[in-house]
Amino acid sequence: MPPAALAVHLSIGQAYSWSVFKPPLESALNLSGTQSALPFQLAIVMLGLSAAFGGTLVERNGPRWAMTVALVFFASGFLISALGAETRQYWLIVLGYGFVGGIGLGIGYISPVSTLIKWFPDRPGLATGIAIMGFGGGALIASPWSQAMLDHFGADSGGIALAFLVHGLVYALFMSLGVFLIRLPRPKPDAPTIAGAEPGAVTLIGSVQVSARSALRTPQFWCLWIVLCMNVTAGIGILERAAPMITDFFANTSASVSATAAAGFVALLSAANMAGRIGWSSLSDVIGRKNIYRMYLVVGIAMYLVIFLAGDTAKPVFVICAMVILSFYGGGFATLPAYLKDLFGTYQVGAIHGRLLTAWSVAGVLGPLIVNWVADAQADAGKSGPQLYGVSFVIMICLLVVGLVANEFVRPVHPRHHIETRKGEPDGHATAESGI
Amino acid sequence: MATPPPSPASETGPNRTGLAVLAWVWVGAPFAYGVYELVLKAKQLFTG
Repeated sequence: MPPAALAVHLSIGQAYSWSVFKPPLESALNLSGTQSALPFQLAIVMLGLSAAFGGTLVERNGPRWAMTVALVFFASGFLISALGAETRQYWLIVLGYGFVGGIGLGIGYISPVSTLIKWFPDRPGLATGIAIMGFGGGALIASPWSQAMLDHFGADSGGIALAFLVHGLVYALFMSLGVFLIRLPRPKPDAPTIAGAEPGAVTLIGSVQVSARSALRTPQFWCLWIVLCMNVTAGIGILERAAPMITDFFANTSASVSATAAAGFVALLSAANMAGRIGWSSLSDVIGRKNIYRMYLVVGIAMYLVIFLAGDTAKPVFVICAMVILSFYGGGFATLPAYLKDLFGTYQVGAIHGRLLTAWSVAGVLGPLIVNWVADAQADAGKSGPQLYGVSFVIMICLLVVGLVANEFVRPVHPRHHIETRKGEPDGHATAESGI
Repeated sequence: MATPPPSPASETGPNRTGLAVLAWVWVGAPFAYGVYELVLKAKQLFTG
């Protein structure tokens, strides 16, 4: 099952390397930096929305259906974008990559998660870490590959169109492995079932099972929403502005950072993001979900504090702290499905996970907005170096404190939200009744 | 269109092992390329 999940997540993880297409699009179609970011921004918004609204459908129809939908939408997004680049109609690129491709991102992101939890119920953190690691690693593949393609085809509109076309075809082929391989575990013969449960859901008598609709009414869901939003905001603020941030930070020192070296920093952050997804998520199986989020948030606060206090005195300290923060950013995503499984059971965990990803959409706007707005304001005030980012770091620390408090409020779900199972049917299956 | 569970015969045997190896190579090869490119770029942070 892990290769099936990786085939999808390594593909849709391409989204993190959209920046490769920005400069050629800007020069070929005469766009501003804000305009060229539109397809990516819309894609992330659509990711959250399609995961939220498509989660129930995904769980009802199964992972193979979901991966097929993701493949069709993600590949079609590139093909529509190719048409847009060829005809120099930028709105088609926004529609294709952002809207259509973004739906593929959302459905593809949640498609293997609950399936892997069902395959490895004893190690849900490891299972989801493997899947979601692929999303972090996708950019490692796509970034050099896309750049090589643009170098080969040319960075004019015709070259970009050809690059989009090849992306669509190759990703469709690559993701087809996931569609071919994915399957649910065989249910145990004596396992009870719940009407409306996700296919393959392990619904043990006495275990906590909560429906997606009921989950939305619990404080636990909204506490986790806040935790995810705060943790992602703190990470994405650095990730989105990584290259200019390290260049600005050490601009007034003898250890100034060139554009090439800044690209190395971005690559290291990508690696930390990916490693955190598998490493920290696996550790959560040992130390528990609540404790691992405590670590993300408390150590994250400490890392921001170190960067703030150290300033531009030591580049390695800055790099290491940023890498730790980005590893927590990735770990936060990967540990979330296991946290949800602990609280709400496997009954509709995929649908609940999808709804929670709306926090990502909010953080995707909030994080870059804070960092960029503060940096621009400080630059206008005549400041430079670490002073451009000091206020942002203090804001990030405050947000992480909010997340830490929200995590402390997470308690086991009240029994009135549980779906009850009982044996006793003549065929050995159980019926379900809502405990509400 | 829920995915049907696999039959017991499809979960074992040399065909299944070969498929697993092929699947890991399918996802592992491009990933290795990405890691190689990552190492090249990361070195530039301290040398470039």
